[in-house]
Amino acid sequence: MAQYLLSVHSVDGEPADMTEEEMQQSWKQIQVLNEELKSAGAWLFSGRLHEPGTATVVRIADGEVVTTDGPFVEAREHLGGFYIIEAEDLDAALVWASRAAAAVGKPIEVWPFAAAEA
Amino acid sequence: MADGDAAARLDQVEVGRIFREESGRSVATLIGVFGDIDLAEDAVQEAFAVALHRWPADGLPPNPGGWITTTARHRALDRLRREARGRELLGEVAVLLPGDQEPGVPEETGPVPDDRLRLIFTCCHPALSTEAQVALTLRLLGGLSTTQVARAFLVAEPTMARRLVRAKRKIKAARIPYRVPADHELPGRLRPVLAVVYLVYTAGLTSATDLGLCAEAIRLARLLASLLPDEPEVAGLLALLLLTESRRRSRARADGSLVLLGEQDRTRWDQALIQEGQAIVRRCLGRDQPGSYQLQAAINAVHADAAGIEETDWPQIVALYDHLQEVAPTPVVALNRAVAVGEVQGAAAALALVEELDLDSYHLYHATRADLLARLGRSIEAAAAYQRAAAMAPTDAERDFLGRGGRASR
Repeated sequence: MAQYLLSVHSVDGEPADMTEEEMQQSWKQIQVLNEELKSAGAWLFSGRLHEPGTATVVRIADGEVVTTDGPFVEAREHLGGFYIIEAEDLDAALVWASRAAAAVGKPIEVWPFAAAEA
Repeated sequence: MADGDAAARLDQVEVGRIFREESGRSVATLIGVFGDIDLAEDAVQEAFAVALHRWPADGLPPNPGGWITTTARHRALDRLRREARGRELLGEVAVLLPGDQEPGVPEETGPVPDDRLRLIFTCCHPALSTEAQVALTLRLLGGLSTTQVARAFLVAEPTMARRLVRAKRKIKAARIPYRVPADHELPGRLRPVLAVVYLVYTAGLTSATDLGLCAEAIRLARLLASLLPDEPEVAGLLALLLLTESRRRSRARADGSLVLLGEQDRTRWDQALIQEGQAIVRRCLGRDQPGSYQLQAAINAVHADAAGIEETDWPQIVALYDHLQEVAPTPVVALNRAVAVGEVQGAAAALALVEELDLDSYHLYHATRADLLARLGRSIEAAAAYQRAAAMAPTDAERDFLGRGGRASR
């Protein structure tokens, strides 16, 4: 078994393009997917993030903690949310990712966790 | 199969040739046993060094493929025993191995399981870039060295080495599986595999030096056709490559410049390849599950039937392009179709179709347009189009040809 991060790539302002009905639809699909991930034993964690303007960056500079208004990378694309799943191999992870992409309506990036290499 | 006399005359070039034929299967088998691409690759490479030393002296073993696999497997086991991490892995694979595990060079083993199909699907996994797919396939299945793969795609050797390392790293880290996809996944997964084989062939076709890529692509296509006999597009690809190959030696002059289809010496076309390709096309027609490779093969089969450009059944070719356009609606297909229409309805009809296309950055678009304009007597516009085509041509031979205001290739 290996663990994968499925990160949801959001683009600034895009949720506004969805109608209320589409949002409801997407929300329902995401919940169904979460249930299926859990009953398949694949779900480890998932969550949606607030917009990037709510993020804070902490770094150490000259031994001092410096806190700044985030996000770390200013870009039109940002992390909108993520899943951490367990899957037999990449093909299995890609099947879950394609389900998630359909539910969320956004591209999903599939990253293996380093611990998966054993 | 070599007899005693042939074995006695075995030289290093011949050993290299036999080794390249057989190494893909050995690499595939060892990846299956050890689950590690690098280990399999290195072990087969070491077996090659042993073969170079022993075969010319002792003669070719009765089953060279089995000899390579067994020798490489012993080398891999030796290495695993030496490494701490290896001993752990060894515990996992021991159950998969037959009894004899003593080091030493065996003479022969029984039939080797064919894992090459698994390997090609791993090499051509859609999670890898096309460049990586091609490089891995040639390296692992084709037995080409990194230097040879780099030369084939005109990249520096360190660049190619990095590309291969990165791809193998991704296979391992992301756990790209080593298996033949299930039936329902097969159509989608087969597409990049066929595209890679086709790409290897066209790279051979346009390469200035003969690196054996065309032969390698045909070998891969034959392998796929034997391992996946029920896939019509696999047969279609093999037929397309055989029919294209039948004309390869007629399509370039000694100086490397191109000879157009209409000007080729058809007596030099390889009849054995044509017959083999046409027989496959006929079987595909009987099966009636057309796809883009089968249709392209069928178009080439019609050309191969004709004694000359005038004798060609152009209405049949237009009909096949109509069909091809349905399954592969690309502007390049539309361009080729327009050329065929020109042979049936005249240059004016073809030009009208060509001018509708959005292919401004494709040199053959301008070359085709130039040819049609020339045939319509619009020589000033034709000359300008030839110059645009020449400026974009990917090879020197094509550039020279178009710069001279040659005719459009098809």
